[in-house]
Amino acid sequence: MSINLQALSAQLLVGLINGSFYALLSLGLAVIFGMLNIINFAHGALYMMGAFVAYFLLNLAGIGYWPALFLAPIIVGIFGMILERTMLQWIANLDHLYGLLLTFGLALIIQGVFQNYFGSSGLPYAIPDALKGGVNLGFMFLPIYRGWVVIFSLVICIATWFLIERTRLGAYLRAATENPTLVRAFGINVPLMITLTYGLGVGLAALAGVLSAPINQVRPLMGADLIIVVFAVVVIGGMGSIMGSIITGFTLGIIEGLTKYFYPEASNTVVFVLMVLVLLVKPSGLTGRTT
Amino acid sequence: MTTITDNSIPTTQTRGTKDEMIAFVIMTVLLAAVPFSGLYPFFVMQALCFALFACAFNLLIGYGGLLSFGHAMFMGTAGYVTAHMAKVGTIGFKVPLIGEFMINMGPLSPELSIVFGLVAAFVLAVVTGLIAIRRQGIYFAMITLALSQLIFFLYLQTPFTHGEDGIQGIPQGMLFGLFDLSKPTTLYYVILVGFLIGFLIIFRTINSPFGEVLKAIRENEPRAISLGYKTDQYKLMAFILSGTLAGFAGALKVFVAQNASLTDVHWTMSGEVVLITLVGGLATLYGPVVGAFVIIAMQQYLAGFGQWVTVIQGVIFVVCVLTFRRGIIGEIGHLFKRSL
Repeated sequence: MSINLQALSAQLLVGLINGSFYALLSLGLAVIFGMLNIINFAHGALYMMGAFVAYFLLNLAGIGYWPALFLAPIIVGIFGMILERTMLQWIANLDHLYGLLLTFGLALIIQGVFQNYFGSSGLPYAIPDALKGGVNLGFMFLPIYRGWVVIFSLVICIATWFLIERTRLGAYLRAATENPTLVRAFGINVPLMITLTYGLGVGLAALAGVLSAPINQVRPLMGADLIIVVFAVVVIGGMGSIMGSIITGFTLGIIEGLTKYFYPEASNTVVFVLMVLVLLVKPSGLTGRTT
Repeated sequence: MTTITDNSIPTTQTRGTKDEMIAFVIMTVLLAAVPFSGLYPFFVMQALCFALFACAFNLLIGYGGLLSFGHAMFMGTAGYVTAHMAKVGTIGFKVPLIGEFMINMGPLSPELSIVFGLVAAFVLAVVTGLIAIRRQGIYFAMITLALSQLIFFLYLQTPFTHGEDGIQGIPQGMLFGLFDLSKPTTLYYVILVGFLIGFLIIFRTINSPFGEVLKAIRENEPRAISLGYKTDQYKLMAFILSGTLAGFAGALKVFVAQNASLTDVHWTMSGEVVLITLVGGLATLYGPVVGAFVIIAMQQYLAGFGQWVTVIQGVIFVVCVLTFRRGIIGEIGHLFKRSL
């Protein structure tokens, strides 16, 4: 079988970009799960909101890509914190499954409202001028924006890892994950930390949304199918470790890209098939602790 | 930590079953009277299929504590296979190195088509069950959702499902060569009998020693293990039974709707059955039935509002989880201190 390097590297790049989104989203899910003990089903819908906020900022307020990259995650993050304060905190002591059901309901509401006003078709969002064009690397043509998405996502992932694993705030966070009552006894405001954590996780999702807007267009259902793939990624990687989520996310993106080249019929399903294989071999996930 | 349901009302075994038996008689009489009531029979039949689907789902979450977020795959699979058998009746398969085989049986009778649909759902439930029960709680929900998405993509690509179009114009035929399913009243009673059979199987399961062990696993799995129960086997059995019965609902639905499409395997369908059960009352015997009528009626009346139906369903989810966790039947049961 002869390998077309051009096409292969193009698919690899697509895989890396999808991997960036998987990493950012599963990272957020893992952080939220650690503190709130819920699986945030609304994650896909909030990712979509990130893209829409960027779109609104541009078309209603004339605010471009660069400010939106910071503003959209903050706006969606605040929205998320409102959700946490008004709803999620009331079910904290119930079975985890209620959190899943509640956030599933929120996802239906958010997606339904956007679909009602914007239909199911995509809205265009232009690539910022500074990142237009591409570079010829010899073996492939690299669009600058796509390269930027991969590198910037990687930086954000590592920054999040650093924040949680290497700073004092992160130490509080990890402590509160292990034993919230004890951490509260030391005078640390755990409920506030829970709210901020939810905001952080949601902000990461929104950031992924802004990054994907110029590539995938802005669509109300852009997060609906993605979140299911991300769930499979989370099952494969386990939610025990931050670095694990990042590495699993990128790796699965690359594998998906390779599948698109070698066996395109399976590109939709490869992540799920891998999930099945991992469950058969190591049920606790690659980095996870047994639950 | 609170378990998924606070609907377990301690009643003595005999009184609980007696209440449930009385309710069963009332339900059967009411449903049998539908054709004389002027109610739109198509609506009731559809609701009955969803009621059976939800009862099967509830067996797993309400009594086993396992939230399956991919139950549409059983309903959809049985629906597709039943529809294909009733309309075309061919089975094609490929043996590596030997070649392709095609068994052509021609369009099959409704009862045989349903049997094929049930077998398909059963096999799928065995395979997916063995994978999914390897993790608990939240992971179980994510795994079943991912597996159903895998099945969805398979049906999107395999030729026999006709992709986006689905299988349409399925002949209703003669059940056992006696009952003409194209007559609305006959079809209604056939669907009703099918629903009651499925319902009674669930009723019996819940009140059997097997059901009691399931409840024990739901309340405290480590303890059930320490008592010597092989909990994985119980969970797998419950999963297979639930999946097969969900398939039965899907197979019956084929003869009502006369089509089988991707909608029935999509994750929104899996979400819908969760909603039906939640509204009616998790872990109540009659909750899913009431929930199905409420939600299907709502969809009928709000059909003209487009995407707002999704929004309203989301709102119901949120309201139910925040303030109405017992569901309709759960609240009634709580009020009268009865287990329904």
